[in-house]
Amino acid sequence: MAKGLIGRKLGMTQIFMGGEELIPVTVVEAGPCTVVQKKTREADGYDAIQVGFGDVKPHKVNRPLKGHFRKAGVEPRRILREFRVDNPDEFEVGQVLKADMFQPGDLVDVTGFSKGRGFQGVIKRHGFGGGRASHGSMFHRAPGSIGAKEHPGKVWKGKKMAGRMGARRVTVQNLQVVEVDPERNLILLRGAVPGAKNGTVLLRPAVKAGNR
Amino acid sequence: MNVIDMLEREQMRMDVPYLRPGDKLRVHYRIREGQKVRTQVFEGVLIAKKGGGVRSTITVRKVSFGIGVERTFPVHSPLIEKIDVVSRSKVRRAKLYYLRALRGKAARLKELRTH
Repeated sequence: MAKGLIGRKLGMTQIFMGGEELIPVTVVEAGPCTVVQKKTREADGYDAIQVGFGDVKPHKVNRPLKGHFRKAGVEPRRILREFRVDNPDEFEVGQVLKADMFQPGDLVDVTGFSKGRGFQGVIKRHGFGGGRASHGSMFHRAPGSIGAKEHPGKVWKGKKMAGRMGARRVTVQNLQVVEVDPERNLILLRGAVPGAKNGTVLLRPAVKAGNR
Repeated sequence: MNVIDMLEREQMRMDVPYLRPGDKLRVHYRIREGQKVRTQVFEGVLIAKKGGGVRSTITVRKVSFGIGVERTFPVHSPLIEKIDVVSRSKVRRAKLYYLRALRGKAARLKELRTH
């Protein structure tokens, strides 16, 4: 059964796992998420559940959304996301999904919106090597030839160049759940998670966990 | 209170003694060898404190068979059985990295009298 949670990245710290090893963790406030709508193959062409997360002031909800939440009979939520599920009928509209759907040791895929880096050169953006710093070198951080010689005589499509970096949807796979605290709605994940503090993240069971 | 601060506070040990740079310490550190766990004592001078809260670490330096050895311990690690403060010294800076360049008599610190 596929499932998922919407969360908020709170930041990183470190904990002593199992009373000895010091490991880096990201703290995520995960859930509680309310099921707002069931999407079915017959009506929508695919099977999914739509869930909401986070409180919102009533006057911030526009009228179409208000109607959408009223139809479901749930309080308006700030963020709405969908998770594909095999069978939406396993869920009820209004059902609350909590952090305890994951257990310590589970592997999850975490999706977030990465921090925007602005306009960056090719060294930071694509990991180019750059030139020498000194000894008369006049080639430091430039990208070099982009293809305007006899061959190929044009610039290939998709050529790595300087430009806007970050601020895109990023998924990190196979992060280990270290601790789950259903009372405080907290999940501790080993390692880093994309995005800034207070950013929205999606937690899903790892797609490739079967290989472990 | 901030959730992260709360989590960090829960991890902290309350039995850590007051530590200062220049303190001569005996750190009893649990070491796992295969299945067996034994305690190793590392005795030396505290030359640096870093970080705050659970993230704080201490660097302890000793000279072993003529070779300087430094170890950095997370102060709140559950692997530390206890930390004994053997004596204190009079020091005038927070980081005693200058001790690395000194040997023998020059590397001594003036002991602070404690009652």
